Amino acid sequence: MKPEALLHPTPAGLFCPAGGFHIDPVRPVERALITHGHSDHARAGHRHVLATRQTLDIMRIRYGEDFCESEQGAEFGEVLDVGGVTVSFFPAGHVLGSAQIAVEKDGLRIVASGDYKRGVDATCAPFEPVKCDVFITEATFGLPVFHHPEPRGEIAKLLRSIEQFPDRTHLVGAYSLGKAQRVIRLIRDCGWDKPIYIHGALAKLCDYYAGQGIELGDLRPATIDKSTPDLFKGAIVVGPPSAFQDRWARRFNEPLISFASGWMMVRQRAKQGGVELPLVISDHCDWPELLETIKEIAPSEVWVTHGREEALVRWCELQGLPAKPLHLVGYEDEGD
Amino acid sequence: MKAFATLLDRLVLTPSRNGKLKLLADYFRTVPDPDRGYGLAAIAGTLDLKSVKPAMLRELVMERMDEVLFRYSYDYVGDLAETIALVWDGGARERVDDAKQPRLGDVVTRMNALGRTEVRSAVRDLLDHLDPSARFAFLKLATGGLRIGVSARLAKQALADMSGKDVTEIETLWHGLEPPYEPLFAWLEGGAEKPVLATPAIFHSVMLANPVEDGDLAKLDPADYAAEWKWDGIRVQMSSYGGTKKLYSRSGDDISGAFPDIVDAINFDGVIDGELLVGGTARSNNPTRTFSDLQQRLNRKTVTAKMLEEYPAFVRAYDLLFQSDDDIRAQTFLERRERLSDILTRAPHDRFDLSDLVSFKTWDELEALRRDPPDPVIEGVMIKKKDSVYQAGRLKGPWFKWKRDPFNIDAVMLYAQRGHGKRSSYYSDFTFGVWADGPDGEQLVPVGKAYFGFTDAELEVLDKFVRDNTVDRYGPVRAVKAKPDFGFVLEVAFEGINRSSRHKSGVAMRFPRIARLRQDKLPRDADRLSTLTAMIDAREGGEG
Repeated sequence: MKPEALLHPTPAGLFCPAGGFHIDPVRPVERALITHGHSDHARAGHRHVLATRQTLDIMRIRYGEDFCESEQGAEFGEVLDVGGVTVSFFPAGHVLGSAQIAVEKDGLRIVASGDYKRGVDATCAPFEPVKCDVFITEATFGLPVFHHPEPRGEIAKLLRSIEQFPDRTHLVGAYSLGKAQRVIRLIRDCGWDKPIYIHGALAKLCDYYAGQGIELGDLRPATIDKSTPDLFKGAIVVGPPSAFQDRWARRFNEPLISFASGWMMVRQRAKQGGVELPLVISDHCDWPELLETIKEIAPSEVWVTHGREEALVRWCELQGLPAKPLHLVGYEDEGD
Repeated sequence: MKAFATLLDRLVLTPSRNGKLKLLADYFRTVPDPDRGYGLAAIAGTLDLKSVKPAMLRELVMERMDEVLFRYSYDYVGDLAETIALVWDGGARERVDDAKQPRLGDVVTRMNALGRTEVRSAVRDLLDHLDPSARFAFLKLATGGLRIGVSARLAKQALADMSGKDVTEIETLWHGLEPPYEPLFAWLEGGAEKPVLATPAIFHSVMLANPVEDGDLAKLDPADYAAEWKWDGIRVQMSSYGGTKKLYSRSGDDISGAFPDIVDAINFDGVIDGELLVGGTARSNNPTRTFSDLQQRLNRKTVTAKMLEEYPAFVRAYDLLFQSDDDIRAQTFLERRERLSDILTRAPHDRFDLSDLVSFKTWDELEALRRDPPDPVIEGVMIKKKDSVYQAGRLKGPWFKWKRDPFNIDAVMLYAQRGHGKRSSYYSDFTFGVWADGPDGEQLVPVGKAYFGFTDAELEVLDKFVRDNTVDRYGPVRAVKAKPDFGFVLEVAFEGINRSSRHKSGVAMRFPRIARLRQDKLPRDADRLSTLTAMIDAREGGEG
């Protein structure tokens, strides 16, 4: 069997004709297998959804009870049969509940890794390398310029800035699923035990993480109380980056805009976004991690999806490893 | 190098002046000698570092990297130094230990001791031992492309902040000191006496004037002040001692090479402050020529005989800082001027003259003179306190400049863009336009952009208007409603106006800002493009 016969790109997303399912479809389909809860991968409106229990919970939080007609929870490592095709989920280390999906038929195994990273993250299960014939990798940061530093060093920059500017409210932009909780957890691990204030958009997901046993400490809503205007001096406020350009941000005292993202590695990106304190914290692989993972898994072929596909394909070619871009559309790096 | 790189990373992205001062002062306070002194030099533009050619850096990175992958990376980042800083490790995971990174002082000393053939391997070795952020700082220093939005003046203010010393004292010493400024830091931290200057033939920071603002003069007694014409040239300083003769720009750049006519004519020892002009001195009976004539001589390293003949330069002197090697800056303005006058009578008459005093009894009388000056190259008056000492920097009180009134027009807001930093949640950058004839009758054409001049309360009003009246969006830019009967009229003030082929409207304003919000006016009442072109015509007529 040719790998393309088992799994191939269609306008709706990656499709497995033998099993009659799509992986992370961008349009409503009959049967969807979802790698993780970011909105560009997990959309509402599919008939049947198969995903990890945590991803299903996150979809319910984001889209409501009727996000699909029927759902099925997958345990990591469990061997499932979908229309005669063997399917298993393995941790991807991207956000809580995130999984790689292994698809196997007639001795041919393809792993669709979704979004993944190799760095330490206390808020989700670590990536597990899975042997396979074809490895489908993302390439969000697939350029040799991307080297994500130690996240604690980045948090140290934030804490140092609060020491230097004790009157300014430090607004930390972080996407609401995964990055926000990871950043909060990192801040706690670096010894900050004061309350952290959060934008309303983060509340439900932070509650969910806490309910899953991920300790986030004292979180409070970032709403201003007229009687205590000094409350936010030197405080850390975490919110979705889009909120910082909104009127919402005006309530704070001389806000200092920070942004936790892998994109912050490039100065011009930070400058264009009006970011004063970039924190290079990513939930994706950087360049060395992508190469390391491909070498470790040693597939006979690599397919590259969303991101900077051409550089990673070029690198594979230089290694003598067959590789091709999949040209899937509709994935927008929400998670970083 | 680590501390300096971290400082740069923050400075580049910190928009507020106070924020920058705090970051700089903390750096100077916490980093040891000589590193902080070299850091100061790098920021103030006085660091001398062996330069590295971009072509060599490219070759170095190609030794270890696929050309195609490099091209993808460079296309994405857009800056050579930053690209190399980021890709240098390639696929390697190792991180450089902060404690083992070379220090800024070590990097400077090592680079400057290298012979021509040793540069390549030393740069390679340094890049291997620095982390990406420090590599970026090093590459920017070595290629001479450091742009951080911090002036030397701001760095000196930070030194003043960290030490409690007066910034004018630091200015006074500045040009007599060299990197890594150890005696300066020792004095700032109270561990040593104030450094003593070896020779006066260096650049001395200049004393600057404040613009006259509403109500300033009413509080002052005209009898305490002297006035001079403000000529439209450039501020220079002549420094001569023991056979060394130099001409400096107001920022301390040595421009002697472009003005041999002036430097050769210097026949005195001392330091003179004055205006560089083209044409004839008052004593030669030839007219002073315009700024555009002077521009023919500016920004050149050398000058041809023809240029010297067609555009002869001279200095209209107005102050004396040193007489021979005697520092007289603590004397009064009138005393210094007396000595200056004495020197100039014996100096070549075609190259030097003394800036005239304008006599006046009342501010109203001076105002009338300012509005109708006797020469088209005069752009206003300078007002100097008769007993003022010469202090570097821009102190409020002793010296004022009173320029011709700025231009004013009523324009209509067309587009708005969000600001930065503190203003990132506000629409605070405004493109405005005036009426012009178009293919479909009268239409608004953009003529400029302004992002200051208004108060915080006015910004709230402007921002609300933008949010409530957006008709289109282009990325970060919003187009707002602008019809003859509905829109926002802004009174825009600006310093000058020129023809421009680069702007669709054909005009370019200098230094536009929003003077007032004119909610009392409708867009139909705003000015027309012909009003602006008439301003240009009037100016050109006046100068011709």
